[in-house]
Amino acid sequence: MDINLLRILVTVASFVVFIGIMIWVWRNRNTADFKEAANLPFEED
Amino acid sequence: MQSLNTQSSTYNDTVVRQFSIMAVVWGVVGMLVGVIIAAQLVWPELNLGLPWTSFGRLRPLHTNAVIFAFGGCTLFATSYYVVQRTCQVRLFGGKLAAFTFWGWQLVILAAAVSLPLGYTQGKEYAELEWPIDILIAVVWVAYAIVFFGTIGRRKVKHIYVANWFFGAFILAVALLHIVNSAASPASFMKSYSAYAGVQDAMVQWWYGHNAVGFFLTAGFLGIMYYFVPKQAERPVYSYSLSIVHFWALIFTYMWAGPHHLHYTALPDWTQSLGMIFSLILLAPSWGGMINGMMTMSGAWHKLRTDPILRFMIVSLSFYGMSTFEGPMMAIKTVNSLSHYTDWTIGHVHSGALGWVGLVSMGSIYFMVPKLFGQKQMHSMKAIELHFWLATIGIVLYISSLWISGVMEGLMWRAINADGTLTYTFVESVKAKHPYYIIRLLGGTLYLSGMLIMLWNVLKTASNGKSAFTTIPTVAAHA
Repeated sequence: MDINLLRILVTVASFVVFIGIMIWVWRNRNTADFKEAANLPFEED
Repeated sequence: MQSLNTQSSTYNDTVVRQFSIMAVVWGVVGMLVGVIIAAQLVWPELNLGLPWTSFGRLRPLHTNAVIFAFGGCTLFATSYYVVQRTCQVRLFGGKLAAFTFWGWQLVILAAAVSLPLGYTQGKEYAELEWPIDILIAVVWVAYAIVFFGTIGRRKVKHIYVANWFFGAFILAVALLHIVNSAASPASFMKSYSAYAGVQDAMVQWWYGHNAVGFFLTAGFLGIMYYFVPKQAERPVYSYSLSIVHFWALIFTYMWAGPHHLHYTALPDWTQSLGMIFSLILLAPSWGGMINGMMTMSGAWHKLRTDPILRFMIVSLSFYGMSTFEGPMMAIKTVNSLSHYTDWTIGHVHSGALGWVGLVSMGSIYFMVPKLFGQKQMHSMKAIELHFWLATIGIVLYISSLWISGVMEGLMWRAINADGTLTYTFVESVKAKHPYYIIRLLGGTLYLSGMLIMLWNVLKTASNGKSAFTTIPTVAAHA
């Protein structure tokens, strides 16, 4: 495989993954999981 | 010596204490060298006519000391402090953690000796010669094992966002350091880069810009995401924004390096690519800045009484300022004016003194009383004084270099009607003299604040004694 094709694929895949992360975060934005995670620094002492 | 039983039920704060104290000590040393070379630029005779005290050797000593000794010790201290408390588990590898402390101090010592002696690879922020580079790599791998080992045995399900930033910083710096330091040794303390020509320049600035992006940004964002909520006593404004912030930064930063090589032999398309990605970087940078600032919503009144919180919030303001200025300076037409001028030095220090310095000081002021079993720092008045000395110092520093930088850029490009240069180079040097005096004054103020901090930290440490914080027995559900 041409190295440039590989480079293009990695770049496009990275972009798709990032969009995927944004969608995942947006759909989970109000869940208890995120709320608990945000409170982690306060559960130590 | 504690018993084995208390060891497993308390956090390992010994290494955090060591790194915190040394961060302040190296901060004083590094900033003192900075003030000395700023004075040399005003009065060149201050180099004493000796090779060891010449500007060319002391300047890398200054940058290495403030970035890797002051900044590095702060990052070790805060990351070890945060990862234990947000994973609710003792630091992995007790002896290995101690090794990272002594190993890192040895690296700093080797730098402090070898740089004035003139041993250098000539790569900015990567000057240290190959034997020291190998030591850095070994210490860094140990750091990664300690940090990720701790995450691996965490008692909570979720990995808190600060740890993601710290983790990315550790992995990226390992990658950058090993690739950019690749060299063939010619003798002990002399080596030649593995790359040649424009490739060497590109590898160097891929390293150089990501040293800013991951060492001086991602790591300190990890500090921000833990210590700002703690000091403001409220959770981060938006946890989902923090996740998007993290991944946007990760996917973008690695591409921005070419903006250091505008109008050079680097291919034009690579320069444009670096410029575009630098502009895109504004979004995640400001996303993170807003996330930190908005954490204060409903608690803004605390700024009136809490100087430590003020350190953190003003730090975020400087982060916002310098991450706006940076992308602007990466635009090729702006860069044609700003590059090689004092504007660049002013920009770097708005980030370094403003963002990195202030957030480090804030987090150390937060940790030190807790590490030594005290309610608060020995003198809150001294923190207040430190805050104002530092802030006024930064403003004097960056505004004087903005003026002198834009001025010299304009002088260099001024052309007479017949096409000849309006000014000789030495005329631009002479015109900068008054601004160099103001810069020296700003730097001196910043250093004097740091000296007050050293006194305050040592007082707090000697008033108290090493505290052993117990790990909560009931694990959180998160």
